[in-house]
Amino acid sequence: MSHVLRIENLRVSVDGKPILRGVNLEMKHGETHALMGPNGSGKSTLGLVIAGHPGYEVTDGSIFLDDEDVLEMEADGRARAGIFMAFQRPASVPGVKMADFLRHATTNVRRPDRKEGEELIPMREFRQELKAKMEQLKMDPEFARRYVNDGFSGGEMKRAEILQLAMLQPKFAILDETDSGLDADAVRLASASIAEIGREKMGLLIITHHDKLLEHNPPQFTHVMLGGRIVETGGPELAHELYSQGYDRIRAAYPEADRANQEMLSDEAAEFALG
Amino acid sequence: MATETAIENNAAIGEINKYDFRTESKAFFKARKGIDAEIVAQISEMKGEPDWMRDFRLKSLDVFFSKPMPKWGGGIDLDFQDIYYYLKPSEGKGKTWDDVPQEIKDTFDKLGIPEAERKFLAGVKAQFESEVVYGSLKEDLAAKGVIFLDTDSAVREHPELVREYFGKIIPPHDNKFAALNSAVWSGGSFIYIPPGVKIEFPLQAYFRINAENMGQFERTLIIVDEGAEVHYVEGCTAPMYSSESLHSAVVEVVCKRGSRCRYTTIQNWANNIYNLVTKRAMAYADATMEWVDGNLGSKLTMKYPAVYMMEPGARGEILSIAFSSHGQHQDAGAKLVHAAPNTTGQIISKSISKNGGRSSYRGLVRVEKGAKNSKCNVVCDALILDPHSRSDTYPYIEIMEQDVSVGHEASVSRIGEEQLFYLMSRGLSEAEASTMIVNGFIEPLVKELPMEYAVEMNRLIQLQMEGSVG
Ligand SMILES: Nc1ncnc2c1ncn2[C@@H]1O[C@H](COP(=O)(O)OP(=O)(O)OP(=O)(O)O)[C@@H](O)[C@H]1O
Ligand SMILES: [Mg+2]
Repeated sequence: MSHVLRIENLRVSVDGKPILRGVNLEMKHGETHALMGPNGSGKSTLGLVIAGHPGYEVTDGSIFLDDEDVLEMEADGRARAGIFMAFQRPASVPGVKMADFLRHATTNVRRPDRKEGEELIPMREFRQELKAKMEQLKMDPEFARRYVNDGFSGGEMKRAEILQLAMLQPKFAILDETDSGLDADAVRLASASIAEIGREKMGLLIITHHDKLLEHNPPQFTHVMLGGRIVETGGPELAHELYSQGYDRIRAAYPEADRANQEMLSDEAAEFALG
Repeated sequence: MATETAIENNAAIGEINKYDFRTESKAFFKARKGIDAEIVAQISEMKGEPDWMRDFRLKSLDVFFSKPMPKWGGGIDLDFQDIYYYLKPSEGKGKTWDDVPQEIKDTFDKLGIPEAERKFLAGVKAQFESEVVYGSLKEDLAAKGVIFLDTDSAVREHPELVREYFGKIIPPHDNKFAALNSAVWSGGSFIYIPPGVKIEFPLQAYFRINAENMGQFERTLIIVDEGAEVHYVEGCTAPMYSSESLHSAVVEVVCKRGSRCRYTTIQNWANNIYNLVTKRAMAYADATMEWVDGNLGSKLTMKYPAVYMMEPGARGEILSIAFSSHGQHQDAGAKLVHAAPNTTGQIISKSISKNGGRSSYRGLVRVEKGAKNSKCNVVCDALILDPHSRSDTYPYIEIMEQDVSVGHEASVSRIGEEQLFYLMSRGLSEAEASTMIVNGFIEPLVKELPMEYAVEMNRLIQLQMEGSVG
């Protein structure tokens, strides 16, 4: 299985405001990549655009999964093609039980050609699998009966995202700060679970500000994003440098990208003040 | 007098009460179109009713003529003289499932709940066209003294009991359509639960209109005696017709001291039907009345189930779901009247509008003088699926007492882009995702339904949602 996710010169705007300014990234199935960068540099945006969020306008560039044009697909098509993103801030869907949602999702992803209204995977089989996965993640079985992300604590939300990763077994997964909002034990558990579920079995793009997740999932590549571009790519040692020493060296080395990053952040601040 | 009466199948009037199923449900007796004293008297005579009922009908007819159309709700474009008011289908009452003709079984199948039908067969009352054609009472219910009959039979078999309450909770002059029903009513269920008797499983009835231009005017009366409990469920589906059709029911419920009644309705009418229903319960000391009401389809529905809390400690709860799509207007809501101290009321209303549909919540909360320490809470949430659809809220609150607590919350939301994206990013199509969000929205009510109705409700929502996205 040598799938490739290839992003070339990706430019993305929101309301005419550029956010990604020419991103290039290539990931092979089985590899682990770390994506780091200061707040507001565009990391989540990159993930959301790969996952197919309709709120972003792609003005240039391409995303290909093997020879499939990802930008031509809706979000659901991308999920069925094997793309997954664990969100930094997942939406809640009151009234929809985790188990029902997951059964639909799992069926569609495993049977990408399934037409609406066709059978779902058998209840018993699904339940057993879900139960096993939840045990593995040390989740209370009661969790399956709760409404999707409704009233979840920060930690529960992240664990629910990992559970979905485990059920859907994508080819490529983007994990957007799946380690944030977790206490020390939970970070360790999450990191170990992700390693067990995903390492070498998927292409992993790990967005993080911390070290624990990368300790369990040592990246072959570390990318640094600044001002909407990937300005540097290195090995695991680069990740280590960034979370121990911060971004001063990077900012100094790429003043133009740094300026772009500052501008995006101040736009954000101005908008926030207005709103 | 019978010159204009169509008598079909050459059946003589005298045969009506015999156990005699026909294989076709060809209308057996059909009053001519229109409404006047002659038709009303004829209906009463056909049914062999006592004088008091005939007089009640005729008086109600006068009230009907004298009352104006309701000023609230939606536009009603009906020619009352262009409707059939009475139609009797194949005669007789079935005792066992085997006695029921295949054709009628097929109809039940089409209603989509054959399992529930079979499961609770013993307790089923089904209104087929204007008359109840199938009804049999589970023996242990009978042994407990429970009466579960079609209302026509109840008038014959339990005249005192019926007469004591009939038209007392909803008098004919309540509104024009209550008056119309009082004049021409036919079918419906009569239930009496003796003191202290608790019915474990829901009593069910299925309704259906299937003659063009035929109004259906069923009349239901439920008396829950002291400390007794019952859950009554009715589900309605109707096929499509080309011309206007009217459904106008009256449901009266009496909950005596310490009793409990839940009345669940799921209605899915064809798009050309006016569904104008009056439902009211009187709850006495420490009694609890709950209305669970799901309204789908119809051209216009106007329905506001009411609970009058007459004595201290009474509780009234109304849960309502309305789903309106293209060409449909759901003017649905609830009424709570606190007429005694320490009474508690709750209204939860959820509406969904899509494809140009219109849903209105219209609710009344009245706390009368002296109803001290009463509490009432109203929550109504509307979900609008597209910019062509509409939702309105008309809360009427009348409080004549100081020492009470009344809360009202209303919210209107549009289907969220973030929710849709989230579900789609996990492989759900846009249609599946929206259906799931809508089902989630009504879940708090659906989980109150008996299992098979919850399944049916979700299936109906799915049907309504089909083709809504694109
Ligand atoms: N939908 C949107 N509308 C407006 N601005 C947006 C939108 N999405 C992202 N942005 C802006 O784009 C910039 C990049 O945001 P993004 O969330 O991708 O950053 P990030 O690198 O993930 O930051 P963090 O580390 O804080 O999570 C920010 O300035 C943000 O405000
Ligand atoms: Mg982010």
